[in-house]
Amino acid sequence: MWYFASPLIVYGEDALSHLATLEGQRAALITDAHLVSLGLAEKVTKNLCQAGLEVVCYDRVEPEPSLEQVREGAEFLLAHHPDWIVALGGGSVMDAAKAMWILYARPDLDPEAINPIERFNLRAKARFVAIPTTSGTGSEVTWAIVLTNRTERRKLGLGSREVIADVAIVDPLLVMDLPPRLTADTGLDALTHAIEGFTSTYHNDFTDGLCLKAAQLIFDYLPRAYRHGKDDVEARTRLHYAATLAGLGFGNAMAALAHGMGHALGAIFHLPHGRAVALALPYTIAYCAQGEPGSTRYAELAYHLKLPAENEREAARALIESVMDLMKRVEQPLTLAQAGISRRDLEHEMQILVDHAMNDTQTIMSPRIPDESEMQSLFWQMFTGEISL
Amino acid sequence: MSIPFPSDAWIKAMMEDLNQSQAYAEAAKNWEGDFYFIIEPGGNLDRTVILYMDLWHGKCREAFEVTDPEARKPAFRLSGPVQTWKKVMTRQLDPMQAMMTGQLRLQGNMAMVMKNVRAAKELVESCTRIPTIFPV
Repeated sequence: MWYFASPLIVYGEDALSHLATLEGQRAALITDAHLVSLGLAEKVTKNLCQAGLEVVCYDRVEPEPSLEQVREGAEFLLAHHPDWIVALGGGSVMDAAKAMWILYARPDLDPEAINPIERFNLRAKARFVAIPTTSGTGSEVTWAIVLTNRTERRKLGLGSREVIADVAIVDPLLVMDLPPRLTADTGLDALTHAIEGFTSTYHNDFTDGLCLKAAQLIFDYLPRAYRHGKDDVEARTRLHYAATLAGLGFGNAMAALAHGMGHALGAIFHLPHGRAVALALPYTIAYCAQGEPGSTRYAELAYHLKLPAENEREAARALIESVMDLMKRVEQPLTLAQAGISRRDLEHEMQILVDHAMNDTQTIMSPRIPDESEMQSLFWQMFTGEISL
Repeated sequence: MSIPFPSDAWIKAMMEDLNQSQAYAEAAKNWEGDFYFIIEPGGNLDRTVILYMDLWHGKCREAFEVTDPEARKPAFRLSGPVQTWKKVMTRQLDPMQAMMTGQLRLQGNMAMVMKNVRAAKELVESCTRIPTIFPV
C-alpha cells in the first residue's frame, strides 16, 4: 500500500485569479520582502480581497529557512487565526509556510520532529495554497519540508503527507522575470527531481511518466529560458510546468543520493539548493551505476530521453554527459572547486558533510547507499571532477 | 539454524548481529534510545510479545524478551501485528512505508528518528540477516 498525493493544480496564464474564488474569513500570506518589492504579493492580496478575505502578511521568510524562522512565523499565525495560508515564493517560502502551518496546529511541536508518521490534523484550523515564483522546487505539490538547523549547520529533510497544499497555482506570469542564474539553479533542481524520482527505490507506475515528461521538458526548455528569459514565453511556461510535474513525480517517489549530498553541501557552504543537488547528480549517477546489477533504471531513462545506450553503464554515461552538457549550457559549475569551495575548506568540513549526508532522509532512497569512506570519495570526486565509470 | 520469532533467543541473535555490523556502528553513532518492539498476535502467535533493545551510540547494550512491560520505560515503542513484522523483515514491505501507512506504529522522540534515518535502515537490515522461523 502506498499513496499518490496531489493538490488541485490550477495552471496557465492568469491562474492567480483562482484565488478570488476561495471561501473563508482570513488569509495569511507568507512570502519574502523581495516578492513584496516586486509587487507580486500585492497581486495575490488583491485576488484574495476579491474573494472577501481579510489578508494579513508575513513577509520575513529568509532563504534556507531556519527552525527559529518557522517558530516566529507560527507565532504570527497563532496571533491572526487565518483559515487560509497562502505561500508565495520559491522553495524556502513554501517549505517554511508548510512548517508554520504544522506549528499553527501543533504549537507544542519541535519543528525538527515534523515527520510523516504522526497525524497533525492541520485542516481543522486552515487550508493551504502554494504559489511558486521559481521553476524548480516543486514544493507546491510535495509534502517535503527542508529546514535548516543553524546551530548544527544541517539541513533537515522533513515532511508530512498532510502538508500537501489544497491548491497549487502554477502561473507562468509569475516567473517571466526570473534572473538567469536563478533560472539555471532552480531548473537544474527540477531536473534532479525528475531523474532521482525515476530512479529512487520508491519509484512507481504513477510517478514514472511525470518524471520522464519533466526531464524531457527541462532538457528542451531550460537553455532557452536561461538565454532568452521573458522573451521566450513558451520556454518559460513549459519549464514552469516541468518543475511542477517533477515535483509530483519525486514528491510521490522520493528523491535520492544527490539530494542527500546537496543538503549537506548547502548547509555547510551555503550553495543554493538547486546548484548543490545538480552538482552532485552526475557523480551519484556514476556511483549508483556501479552497484548491484539490476538495481538502477538508467537504460530505461536513456531510452525515453533518446540517449544512445545498450546497457545500464552506457546509459549512465550518456545520462551523465547530457546532464553535464546542460549544466555547461546554463553556465553552472561542474565541480565543487568551480563552485568556489577550496580544498582546505572541503577537507576541514569533510566529516560533518559525510555525517549529515549519510543520515539525510533522501540518501536512504538511493538504489545504492554509500558507506562513510565511499561518501567521502564521492565528495572528493565532486571537488576534482573525476567521474569513474 | 533458524530461530523462532518473536523470542528471547531471536532478539539476542539480533543484538549479536548489530554489534558485529560496521554499517550499523557508523549509521547509529549518534543514536540514543531504547526500544520496545511490540509484536501483536497473528497466525500461531496467540499473545502479544515485547522485545527490548537498548541501543546506544552504534551498539546494542542489552536485549531480551520482556516479561513485565512496566519494568522499563523505553524511549521508543514500535508496534504492529506479527504479519506486518514478517513483511518488513522479509523485505516485502519498506519499514518507512509501513509506518507512514499505519501498519506499524512508532512512538517516541521523532526528532531523533528524523535525524538518524540511516540508523533505522541498518536496524532493519540486521533483522533481515537473522535466519528466522515466523509464526505466520
